[in-house]
Amino acid sequence: MKKLSLPGLLVLVVRRDLVLAMRRRADVLTTLIFFVMVVSLFPLGVGPEMDMLRKMASGVLWVAALLSSMLSLGRLFSADYLDGTLEQMMLAPQSLSMLVLGKMVAHWMVSGLPLVLMAPVLGVQFDMSANALGVLILSLLLGTPILSMVGAIGAALTLGLRGGGVLLSLLVLPLCIPVLIFGTGAVEAISAGLTVVPHMSLLGALLLLALVFTPWVTAQALRISME
Amino acid sequence: MQVEGENGSGKTSLLRTLCGLMMPADGKIFWRGEDIKEADEEYYSEMIYLGHLNAIKDELSALENLCISAGVDGLEVDERQALQVLRRLGLKGREALPVKVLSQGQRRRVALSRLLVSDAALWILDEPLAALDVRAVDLMQELIAEHLEKNGMVIFTTHQPLLVPGVELRRLSLS
Repeated sequence: MKKLSLPGLLVLVVRRDLVLAMRRRADVLTTLIFFVMVVSLFPLGVGPEMDMLRKMASGVLWVAALLSSMLSLGRLFSADYLDGTLEQMMLAPQSLSMLVLGKMVAHWMVSGLPLVLMAPVLGVQFDMSANALGVLILSLLLGTPILSMVGAIGAALTLGLRGGGVLLSLLVLPLCIPVLIFGTGAVEAISAGLTVVPHMSLLGALLLLALVFTPWVTAQALRISME
Repeated sequence: MQVEGENGSGKTSLLRTLCGLMMPADGKIFWRGEDIKEADEEYYSEMIYLGHLNAIKDELSALENLCISAGVDGLEVDERQALQVLRRLGLKGREALPVKVLSQGQRRRVALSRLLVSDAALWILDEPLAALDVRAVDLMQELIAEHLEKNGMVIFTTHQPLLVPGVELRRLSLS
């Protein structure tokens, strides 16, 4: 019998979750539609003053991205928990962290990446300049994976709890504040004609840090929740 | 070995503790002379657990389910081999259907197909016969006999009589 290599396993888990997401398309679409709705409500509510909209654009888009990423987090492990697949993952000979990383990557591709792709379209509603839009996309590209990874810790801790969704947001949102600050900071910097390098470097550093530590922490959290 | 006992006597808890999903309140579990907490990688590559839950995905087909669950067990299964196994379990013609349209017994068969592609020495089966029909029970007996012939070990619980030809089953009663 051929043994599966570690990268092979990662690809398998990512592909599995993507196939599952494609067969349950409604779940993916709700996150995206929520994001579009929240962002579009702001110009309607605040009024059409271009100066004001331009100023708040990055904040609104980032907060909306943060909230919509919370929506799909509850589903990250719960389906696997209910049908026993998660149990089998804990009994896998390979490290649970690797499987968890695969799930995080898939989760980002399904719920984070569409937001990044949608952001420029919504940015136009706020009269953002091309430069600012570029920086916004880049910051979201660096930031949304962190949201998925940090969120996974919360999802693992609240697994199987009743009303876990609200608790999950309370746990995860404060942890996402640095990402929000540097993400919006980068867009503000470019609008003010400053360099975005420090913000982007910090976001990149956070991403690497999350990539190294969160799979392991999530795996431990899952073990605690499953006992 | 067959673990017997009334409902609630702790059969499932015992099996879950044996496979490391639950921590024993006292004592340790050893596999080949090593504590399973320390030698978890070795232990988990030689052990396969099938619980009450089938651990299969409704949206995926039987074939996809088998390939993925074998992958999680660390094994690469090619399609030809997977189809062979599913055919043996009586799922011919249903390999490509999403599992949610299959009956309870057929789903159990999909879950059991994992056993046939794995080379694990120790099978821990919690109620493997649940929802299976008479022919599938016969097949299960055959599979266990084959596994024992290869020097494998099986620990299972069941409320149905399970006779493995030519083998004296050891029984552990929890009542």
